[in-house]
Amino acid sequence: MSLDISFIGILIGSIMASSVPLILAASGELITERSGVLNLGVEGMMIIGAISGFALMVITDNLFIAIVGSMLSGVIISLIFGFLTQSLLTNHVATGLALTIFGIGLSAMLGKNFVGIPGKEFPILFSSLRESIPFFGPILFGHSIVLYFAFALPFLTNYFLKKTKLGLVVRAVGDSPVSASNQGINVILVRYCCILYGGAMCGLAGAYLSLIYTPQWIENMTAGRGWIALALVVFATWSPIKVLIGALIFGGITILQLHMQAIGFRIPVQFLSALPYLMTIIVLVVISRDSRKIKLNTPTSLGRIFYKEK
Amino acid sequence: MIKIEKRNDVPMALYFFTPFIAIILTILGGGIIFYILGFNPIEALKFYFITPISNLYGFSELLLKATPLCLIAIGLSFCFKSNNWNIGAEGQLTFGAIVGGGVALLFYNQEGFYILPLVIIAGAIGGMIFALIPAILKTYFNTNEILVSLMLVYVSKLLLDYLVVGPWSNPEGFNFPETRQFSDSSRMPLLFEGLRIHAGIFLALAAVMLSWFILYKTYLGFQIKVSGLSLKTAKYAGFKGKTMILVVFMISGACAGLAGVGEITGPIGQLHRMISPDYGFTAIIVAFLGRLNPFGIIFASLVVALTYLGAETAQIFLQIPKYTGQVFQGMILFFLLASDYLLFFKVKILNLKKNELRH
Repeated sequence: MSLDISFIGILIGSIMASSVPLILAASGELITERSGVLNLGVEGMMIIGAISGFALMVITDNLFIAIVGSMLSGVIISLIFGFLTQSLLTNHVATGLALTIFGIGLSAMLGKNFVGIPGKEFPILFSSLRESIPFFGPILFGHSIVLYFAFALPFLTNYFLKKTKLGLVVRAVGDSPVSASNQGINVILVRYCCILYGGAMCGLAGAYLSLIYTPQWIENMTAGRGWIALALVVFATWSPIKVLIGALIFGGITILQLHMQAIGFRIPVQFLSALPYLMTIIVLVVISRDSRKIKLNTPTSLGRIFYKEK
Repeated sequence: MIKIEKRNDVPMALYFFTPFIAIILTILGGGIIFYILGFNPIEALKFYFITPISNLYGFSELLLKATPLCLIAIGLSFCFKSNNWNIGAEGQLTFGAIVGGGVALLFYNQEGFYILPLVIIAGAIGGMIFALIPAILKTYFNTNEILVSLMLVYVSKLLLDYLVVGPWSNPEGFNFPETRQFSDSSRMPLLFEGLRIHAGIFLALAAVMLSWFILYKTYLGFQIKVSGLSLKTAKYAGFKGKTMILVVFMISGACAGLAGVGEITGPIGQLHRMISPDYGFTAIIVAFLGRLNPFGIIFASLVVALTYLGAETAQIFLQIPKYTGQVFQGMILFFLLASDYLLFFKVKILNLKKNELRH
């Protein structure tokens, strides 16, 4: 294996691909958290998206239906979380955990007959340009449409939160639900929408894994990526652009550890794998000890139950 | 017309009754899911909840699985009661097993009555130290304990993976990711010949008794409960919040560490990658289902242990993946949390005319 320029291009391309599910899930969760809701069910929603996407692809043989269906299934499963936390005022942490545990179990149950079925090739865009341009080819071209969407999403999310009126509403609901409610905003409705949007993005993230990244269904195939996505939102201090950077770092570590193993690098793989988690803790400590920094970005009412006396 | 009113206080009878409603709804929900998947729901539920405990061996397996769940949940009840969200018990269990297992490996070729107690104490201390990390970060750096304790789960699992693949792997083990077998002196004594149930169950029962005593008979227990109900009141009363956070995390970590040590010195007998089928996470459900009450937790740990066993039986007889146990575990918590609504709100059916008169 030579470390020439074209190899580095391919390496960067594969890092981008491995960061896609993290970007999608974390961007979705970011909107949910910005509205003041902490949904720990990311892993569960992703795995449900993965199995429904794959199952729909096998049944209908139509990738478009599979992708849309995976997002819909994410919406449906997040509706359970929404109903419990918003309408029945249950604790966010416990409900989210239940969602993850439930999702992993349900996906294995649904996926029973789909183990071992080969996936279908997902169409990639600009494949000819990928080969013809050295270095930049594998970075910019030859990816699935979902990857391009994922890399645009943080910028769209940033624009939505900062420049649109709806984005302002979401932030208001997350920072001060009581004042938002007094302004006539339906806090519960906004939070429902943000939860369902988060569910859709997590479903898509799961489908990316089972349809594009490793096109097959394996039990528990999200393998903790949902938890990394959750960590990523905090790591990024709730800023969409930093989610993109963080996802590339986390994805990079995943890819690098594979290559380091291959070239016989001396640091044990497990230490590299633990780095993202340790880095998240360090970032948490750094932003949390400074109350100004945490106030600047953290949705003030994150995880708190909002109840309006009627 | 239906009117929903906030209750002024929670009726205690209902508080301990709703977990039963949740269990019944879960069984019904499970039946519906089995029906949708094309199984005979009655038969499937029978394989799930009755077949596993229809003989002595099955009953011993039930107690074997309930032991770690009960221990961890008892520890978690201290954290949850005082509003500390330690959800990293799985990590504390793993780290406890690493430290305890390390001690057991030191004595791998020795016998002696003192070895098992040393291993157990080491495991408890390991869990305690690991739980102190989120606790210290929370008290001194204001860091969110949910995320830190969760991240540490993965760190501890990767550490275990590194140890069993690398430095601690069995030199005669043909590169399998596992350590040497512990010596007999590091193993929990079995209670009955031919059954896997071991002395670890007494640790769990001792934890239940001790936690009941601490929570209901000591000043610390009083502090914990007051802080859980209202942080402001606790501060006003002059309770030292920081010390209490450290203490509840230490108790919780020690219990999880004990559970880890109980597994490796009990049924497993060595360290390898799969020392716990997510007991640390499932114990969170146990703690809630048991209403954070020591005796409730005994009952809840048996119910949840049955979902583990049932999943294994269903895998054999119905060829469905054993992950289905998690469907039931998730549903129990969903229904339990949902039924809590009845505790805090009264649903009233009003006479419309009367209601109009009032306005």
